[in-house]
Amino acid sequence: MGSQGGFGQSKEFLDLVKSIGETRSKSEEDRIILREIETIKRRILEPDIPRRKMKEYIIRLVYVEMLGHDASFGYIHAVKMAHDENLLHKRTGYLAVTLFLNEDHDLIILIVNTIQKDLKSDNYLVVCSALNAVCRLINEETIPAVLPQVVELLGHQKEAVRKKAIMTLHRFYQKSPSTVSHLISNFRKKLSDNDPGVMGASLYPLFDLITIDIKSYKDLVASFISILKQVAECRLPKSYDYHQMPAPFIQIKLLKILGLLGNGDKHASGQMYNVVGDLIRKCDASSNIGNAVLYECIYCVASIYPSTKLLEATAEVIAKFLKNDNHNLKYMGIDVLGRLIKLSPDVAEQHQLAVIDCLEDLDDTLKRKTFELLHKMTKSSNVEVIIDRMIDYMTSINDFHYKIEIASRCVELSEQFAPSYHWFILTMNRIFEHAGDIVDIKVAHNLMRLIAKGFGGDHESADSQLRSYAVESYLHVVTEPKLPSAFLQAWAMIEVICWVLGQFGTADGNYSASYISGKLRDVAEAYSSDETVKAYAITALTKIYAFEITSGRKLDILPERQSLFEELAASRSADLQQRAYEFRTVVHLEAHAVKSIMPFDVSCEDIEVDITLPFLNSYVQQSLQNGAQPYIPEEQRSGTIDISNISNQVSRESSMHALKFEAYELAKLPAPSRPPLPVSNISTELVPVPEQSYSIREANTYPSIPSVSTSGPPELKLRLEGIQKKWGRPSYSSSPPSSSGVSPSPASEISQVESAASLSSRPQDNYKDLKKAEVEIAPEKQKLAASLFGDSSKSNKTTGTRHNTSRSDTLSIDKSTGSRSSVAPAVETKIPPQPLPDLFDISDQTVAAVATTSVDSFMQLGGLLDHNGRCSSQSDAVIDSSVGSHDNVPLYSDLHVSGQSDPPSAKSKDNDIKRTFSRGSIEAMKGPNLKDALVKDALVRQMGVNPTTQNPNLFKDLLG
Amino acid sequence: MIRAVIVMNTQGKPRLAKFYDYQPVEKQQELIRSVFAALSNRAENVSNFMEAESIFGPDSRLVYKHYATLYFVFVFDSSENELAMLDLIQVFVETLDKCFRNVCELDIVFNYSKMQSVLDEIIFGGQVLETSSVEVMKAIEEISKLEAASNAISLIPYASGWSRR
Repeated sequence: MGSQGGFGQSKEFLDLVKSIGETRSKSEEDRIILREIETIKRRILEPDIPRRKMKEYIIRLVYVEMLGHDASFGYIHAVKMAHDENLLHKRTGYLAVTLFLNEDHDLIILIVNTIQKDLKSDNYLVVCSALNAVCRLINEETIPAVLPQVVELLGHQKEAVRKKAIMTLHRFYQKSPSTVSHLISNFRKKLSDNDPGVMGASLYPLFDLITIDIKSYKDLVASFISILKQVAECRLPKSYDYHQMPAPFIQIKLLKILGLLGNGDKHASGQMYNVVGDLIRKCDASSNIGNAVLYECIYCVASIYPSTKLLEATAEVIAKFLKNDNHNLKYMGIDVLGRLIKLSPDVAEQHQLAVIDCLEDLDDTLKRKTFELLHKMTKSSNVEVIIDRMIDYMTSINDFHYKIEIASRCVELSEQFAPSYHWFILTMNRIFEHAGDIVDIKVAHNLMRLIAKGFGGDHESADSQLRSYAVESYLHVVTEPKLPSAFLQAWAMIEVICWVLGQFGTADGNYSASYISGKLRDVAEAYSSDETVKAYAITALTKIYAFEITSGRKLDILPERQSLFEELAASRSADLQQRAYEFRTVVHLEAHAVKSIMPFDVSCEDIEVDITLPFLNSYVQQSLQNGAQPYIPEEQRSGTIDISNISNQVSRESSMHALKFEAYELAKLPAPSRPPLPVSNISTELVPVPEQSYSIREANTYPSIPSVSTSGPPELKLRLEGIQKKWGRPSYSSSPPSSSGVSPSPASEISQVESAASLSSRPQDNYKDLKKAEVEIAPEKQKLAASLFGDSSKSNKTTGTRHNTSRSDTLSIDKSTGSRSSVAPAVETKIPPQPLPDLFDISDQTVAAVATTSVDSFMQLGGLLDHNGRCSSQSDAVIDSSVGSHDNVPLYSDLHVSGQSDPPSAKSKDNDIKRTFSRGSIEAMKGPNLKDALVKDALVRQMGVNPTTQNPNLFKDLLG
Repeated sequence: MIRAVIVMNTQGKPRLAKFYDYQPVEKQQELIRSVFAALSNRAENVSNFMEAESIFGPDSRLVYKHYATLYFVFVFDSSENELAMLDLIQVFVETLDKCFRNVCELDIVFNYSKMQSVLDEIIFGGQVLETSSVEVMKAIEEISKLEAASNAISLIPYASGWSRR
């Protein structure tokens, strides 16, 4: 009611809205609302409230709940209101119920009956509001209760009802596909409904269905194409036009569906080429919705079987998108670029400058989209620039969610494309430094594996170079005074540092054991409260001293280090204690013994683990014969088992059951930092205390595991490893066979190849830099462009000719022939597109140029005039914006508004500028209507609502 | 599918919030707050799209448009087209404009239920139902007529006379 600008509410409600509008703080607002709730609570229980009054209470409750307060006491009244005969009240009831309740609410059962009745109503408006409620309130269990009625409505005479019935069925399908699986054919049937609106509605469920099962809908390709053709040829009634586009939303959905159906299907795609091509040609690129359809066309082209002709056409559209000043279009341009890049990698190169503009744009959304694009087009040649940019951006944002994402992208890319190990290690350091607390621990493991394995094969010198480089860089990191703050959260980093220093710290002889161990101790001290870090450090120390002993040097342990171990040996943590004892034992052993338990450089050897522990079989048999209980798996045990003979410090503190879990949990964490092979030897052979407890538990818990004989080497050493594994130190070293999958070995190979390539290309780089300096347009940008796009050709060339390695980016190889010529020209040829046309035809061009400039200045003049306050008094002047002077309309109308309610005019002007593009094609159907606004103003003032300083623009016309 | 429609003013006060997947009241408030925080950080003259996965979870996008004192925000998933959603906001606002003649924030504040009806005619259960503001207006007027008629029958003369013209 009251479509003429009246407000069908009482003074009370208006007062409420007004007072809330004028509050200065949240607490004040809360107070007002709580008072309101109290009032309604009281009133709503009064007997014989007129229903009209009740309706308002319910609207007020909805309002209250929107502001975040609980209005659940009124839910039941909303449900009752939905029962009402009066349409107005019924609709209000339904509205409130759909906003208040969720599908699992207890009150739903009360509303189902009403819905059932209303679905059968003669009044189609009642049916519509019931369908609306169905969408929201019916859950899986109650679907059957209303399903027959909804299906019946598919044949309703009113198209609005048919449409809503289709969408309701779709909603059912989304909620629980099985309940409507027998009705899916209805969606197909409705595709041929007389009413285009109903047909359009059926596209939504069909899209969902096709996403899941493409094959069974292939037969519809021809129908979809013919529908799209008809729509595009404006065969639909005029009422489906939107901004001069025929039914754009239907077109968009159809294109999406075609994209799905044509994916990888040459035959189906072939049928689509014509209609999609036509659409691209005819689409009106000046309106927002036209661009939406264009975008969908490109999306479709990118997903169907590629056609060179269409791809060319799309390239033009993309160029238009990217060159546009409108950020939305740029965004869309970048998005489609990302989709096309797989099909034709050179598409991006045509737009390199535009892409870089987007990368440097202030708009975060656009920036992120561009990073997404860069991620897709990363190659070994441009990885350095891209990662550099990404990390810079990563450090500049606070958005935790996105930080994780971009960090993992950085890691992924640098593992895949690293040009050299120096770069890789430095990059990882940077990533850890800025995002050490959020990167996956696996990243650290991969890094360690890479350092340990090196490049494999016959590159021993390169490997040791890599290692000593790693050691050096980590020592640098550790030595920096800011370590504790920057790396405080970077567990992964600390783990890597400790492991590398322990393993390779003294390997190249550049640093003495005491220097390294001093650093390690510093690390342990810096994290005095963290057991995990201490464990990393102490194991690393153990290794260093072990290697010292092995190499026959005299061991010289400073007293403070000794005291560290003493301290840890008395630690409350069993894990630290054990490590300290291990250390103590190791340092007192003979060199050859140490060598056999701590062999150097075996950290990458695969360790065969037979989890069935076959070597225990005989022991188990024997025990069973002696009357021992057979093993019962943990989950079958009742909880109390006799493990009282296990006694160590921890067990005294906690219950027996808890102890069990503790042992598992704790042991897992520190494992990665140490090579498990030697450790296992220590723990089982040499250290008396823990060994005892472990072996007892072994006997208790695992005696009767079925045995399978292994192929593993039958030495004693390896078997003991197995035990160690079993007891919970398996994470890193046992994982290599399974988890190594993706990165390290290919990465290392590639990076080696690349390092050679990058070395050889240095001189060229310099040459190119010189060249670039001559170019006048934004040299840094050009440089960036070249490093992102241009370099690709060069480095592909080098890798292509020298190493015929099997690379992931084979696509670029065929291209290398084309761009082989040289790099510098590639840079140059890409700049001139704007000046170029001038050279072609001087006469024509100048005329055109004059024409455009004159138009421009005219328009500017017009804008100025209006803006200077000479806004004419003819408020009903009709400006047809489709003529082309979009700018004038909003400016013009805005002045009126500002004249009457004094908003900060600069701000509103900005708004208008922002709007100009998207509003461009809206007809200026109504002039700025001063009279209307004044009437409204007077009306509310009469009611006592005055716009205050709080919200001076309350009357501001939204559409300007 | 469209997940949510939020209208709020430039001070962060919600004027309309409709979630097509049920969200409890507290969660709604939290979402509205974080959307507002994100929106108010956006510069002028940037795109109308925004990263929304950190607020609404995976596969969610957000398009917003700023009109005078109001933000109109649509949240949806990858099955919709961003530019098209931007135009849907335009359809919504144009329809409101036709409905209230030069719509302003005040109209929206005081005609909460009417705004809901308009929205229900445009978006139905998270899907786009109608994109022609003329058609939406027809539906709305039909409802108004019927409502008025049914009101007249059960009439109580305490006419909201001052608001009628």
